[in-house]
Amino acid sequence: MATVPSRRPALDPRALAARFPILARQVHGRRLIYLDNAATTQKPAAVLAALEHYYTHSNANVHRGVHTLGEEATEAYEACRARVAAFLHAPSHRGVVILRSTTEALNLIARGWEHHLQEGDEILLTEMEHHSNLVPWIMLARRRGVTLRHLPLREDGELDLEALPRLLSRRTRLVALTHASNVLGTVNPVAEIAAAAHAVGARVAVDAAQSVPHMPVDLRTLGADFVAFSAHKAYGPTGVGFLVAAPELLEELEPVEGGGEMIREVHLDRATWNEVPHRFEAGTPNIADAAAFPAALDLLEELGMEAVRAHEVALTGYAWERLASLRWLQLHGPADPHRRTGLISFYDPQLHPHDLAQILDSEGIAVRAGHHCAQPLMRRLGVPATTRASFGLYNTTEDVDALVEGLLAARRYFGLPTGGAA
Amino acid sequence: MSQDKGFLPLDELYREVILDHYRRPRGRTPLPRVDVTAHGRNPVCGDEIDVALALADGHIEAARVTGHGCAICTASGSIMAELLPGRTTGQAEEAAEAFRRMMHGEPPPAAVDLGDAELLEGVQRFPVRVKCALLPWMTLRDALAAHRAGAAPTVTTTEESDP
Repeated sequence: MATVPSRRPALDPRALAARFPILARQVHGRRLIYLDNAATTQKPAAVLAALEHYYTHSNANVHRGVHTLGEEATEAYEACRARVAAFLHAPSHRGVVILRSTTEALNLIARGWEHHLQEGDEILLTEMEHHSNLVPWIMLARRRGVTLRHLPLREDGELDLEALPRLLSRRTRLVALTHASNVLGTVNPVAEIAAAAHAVGARVAVDAAQSVPHMPVDLRTLGADFVAFSAHKAYGPTGVGFLVAAPELLEELEPVEGGGEMIREVHLDRATWNEVPHRFEAGTPNIADAAAFPAALDLLEELGMEAVRAHEVALTGYAWERLASLRWLQLHGPADPHRRTGLISFYDPQLHPHDLAQILDSEGIAVRAGHHCAQPLMRRLGVPATTRASFGLYNTTEDVDALVEGLLAARRYFGLPTGGAA
Repeated sequence: MSQDKGFLPLDELYREVILDHYRRPRGRTPLPRVDVTAHGRNPVCGDEIDVALALADGHIEAARVTGHGCAICTASGSIMAELLPGRTTGQAEEAAEAFRRMMHGEPPPAAVDLGDAELLEGVQRFPVRVKCALLPWMTLRDALAAHRAGAAPTVTTTEESDP
C-alpha cells in the first residue's frame, strides 16, 4: 500500500465537493467519482447561481441600447474580461478577447496572424499537441505554403529542448505549444522556449487550457505572446474561451469574422474596425456564460492557485504511486508530480480503454478513454488509445483508491490476472 | 465487481460467450489464399481490423479477422469469422445487413441465421458501443460489395453517420 505524501493539501476537497451540486448524484447506484476534469470540470453552485442571476435580473444584449438591463449586462460581460486579465496578470483587460473556446482562440491566432506569413516561413509546434493546436496550423500551412516543424518528445514524456536550436531559425515566425499536455500531463518550460523563440524574432502562442485551472499562471513571467484557455475547464460554464495578449499584439491580428459589435463605421461598400479586443467579437457573444465565469474565478482565488496546485501535486503523486504498483499498467508522462499537471494517462495492453472505461462507469467512476484529440501523440506513444484520470479541486485519495479498485475489478471481469498489485 | 453491477446491465454487454470470443478469438489463422480483403478502422476508438476471405465457387471457404480492438469489436469479429465459412458471398452480405438491422433495433429477417452474433443484441443498450460491434460486419459488407463490383479493397469506419 502506498503512503500518503507528507505534504498535506491546504485545501479541503471534501468541503469543496459539497459546493458542487452534481457531485451529490449517483451513477448506476454508486457515488459519482468524477475523474474527467481535463475534459471539463464540474461547476460550483456559485456559478450556477450567477447564471440564473444573470438571466433572472440582467438579461439584455451588450454594448447596445441605453436601457438599464443593457447597461447591467454589459457591465457583467466586461467584468469577466477584467477578472480574467487580473487572474492571469495580463497587461490589460483590453488584451482579453472573449470567444467560444480555446480552439476558437487558437484558430483566431492562426487566421488572424497569417497575413504576416509567406511561403517558406516556418511554424514550430510540438509532438504532444492537442488537435486544436495542430489542425489550425495544418490549415494555415495549406493556405500559405508555410512549413510546420515539431519539437520532438523524449522517452520520459518531456520535450527535447536540445532539438530547439536546430529547429529554430530566422524562418521560424511563430511557435505554438501547449503549456500542459492533456495526455502526458507534462508541464512545458514555456519561458525557456519562448526566450529562444523571441531570440529569432518568432511570436509564441500557448495553449493554456490544461494549466490555467490547475496552477498559478502569470503572464508577466510565462513568456507567451498569445495565450488561449477555456472557462469550462476552470469550473466555469461551457461556451466561453479566451485569447489573452498585450493589446498591441492583438493589433497584429486581422479580424476573422465580420458583423455587429466588431465594427466602428460601416458603409455599403466598406467598414472600419472597432478597437481591440472588440474587433474580434463579431455578433452577440455568450454573455450569460461569460458573466457567470467570475464566480468560478472567485472560488479559485479564495483557495489560492498555489494551494490548488499543491493539492493536485499531492493527489497526482499518490495516484502515480498507486497506479505504478499495478505491474500490467503502462503510465505515460513524467513520474515527478511537480513536472506534470493533475492527470495521469495509462494503458493496459490486455484491456482496451473503452472496455476499461465501461467497467469503471458501472462503478460510478468517470474517466476518459480514447485518443484525447491527440492522434499523433498516440502514434508516438505506440498505443491505440489510453485511459485518463484527471483531477480537480474536489478529488480525494479515496477517489484514487476507488479508481485502483475499479482497475482491479475490470481485470477480474475479463478474466485477466491481477497479480503484481501492491 | 461481478457480484454487484449496480443498475447497469453490464452482463448484457459482456455476455459469457462474448467474453470467451474476446479471450480466445477465432478466425486468426492465416488463410491458404486471400481472395477478398478489406480494412476497418474507427479512429476515435483506435480500433483497426483486417477482414480476409478465401472463396471457392461463390462460397466463403475460410475467413480471417485480425487487428486490435475492444472486447466487443474483437468478439464480434471472432463470431463473424466463425459464422462465414460455407455461406455464399450473397448470404454473407445478407448476414451483414441482418446484423446491422439488429444493432439498430430493427427486426432482422427471420431467414438469416446469425448464430452467436445474436448474443451481441444487448450491445444496443450501450449506444456508444454499437459502432464497435458493427465494425467487422460493415467491413465485410463493403469488402464483398467492392469484390462484386471488381473495385479496389475498401476502408470502412462505423464512427461516422449510421452505416
